[in-house]
Amino acid sequence: MAPISYYLVLAIIMFFIGILGVLIRRNALIVFMSLELMFNAANLVFVAFSRQYQALNGQISVFFVMTVAAAEVAIGLALMVTIFRTKHSIDVDQMNNLKG
Amino acid sequence: MITGILFFDVMAVLVISTSIGMLVSRNAVYSALFLVLNFASVAVLYVTLGAPFIAMAQVTVYAGAIMILFLFVIMLLGAERLEGESTIRGQRLFGGLLAVILLGELTWMAVFQSGLSPAALTMPASDFAGPTQIGLTLFNTYLLPFEVTSFILLVAIIGAIILTKTDNIGKRIIRPGKD
Repeated sequence: MAPISYYLVLAIIMFFIGILGVLIRRNALIVFMSLELMFNAANLVFVAFSRQYQALNGQISVFFVMTVAAAEVAIGLALMVTIFRTKHSIDVDQMNNLKG
Repeated sequence: MITGILFFDVMAVLVISTSIGMLVSRNAVYSALFLVLNFASVAVLYVTLGAPFIAMAQVTVYAGAIMILFLFVIMLLGAERLEGESTIRGQRLFGGLLAVILLGELTWMAVFQSGLSPAALTMPASDFAGPTQIGLTLFNTYLLPFEVTSFILLVAIIGAIILTKTDNIGKRIIRPGKD
């Protein structure tokens, strides 16, 4: 088995790529996928520490994160469909006015 | 011992390369497929960490349900390659710089400041995180959060329906020849 710091560093790299996706991509769907990647990095740390301390609480947290992520994706994609209907684009730079 | 680390290295390379593929793909469909592969490899890492239930939930919920939803929306909107000109100058450079600073900070904290033991992870008991143990913990200690989660899912369903509902569906059914 690899030491826990390996998993920690892997999760940090995944989180970094997710942050990079949120900051530099402008397709709102890719921004959303990068958010999922960051959730995944956090989940990996939860599971790794759950193994380190032999406690189940971390895995239960991952379970809840997954459910909330599913709810968030459903709402977010519904928002995206609505925005696409009114603006005919999901470029995040185009979403700059509060009046529809 | 050494084979475990080797296996971890292979999976880590797979995870990082699929994430980078997700990030740099021009086509959003390819990004979604890269992300499916990424979720599957993270599920394999969960198995090595002794969390088979979480690994299965990862495959069914993330790689299955959520990514299928993403692919549906990408194909519904036809939004595979929408990347116009940026309206904010220097935003990419500045964002990348900030992300690299965050990476440096996190790595410094994790590697030099965390004080974690470099010893390999120990093997847990064989029934450590099986479905029975997870279920017992979930429905005894975490019963209230579990019920709150079901409300969150209900709100998400109602919200998604209300947000995507169009008002003119009924009219179109009543008078099909008008418009």
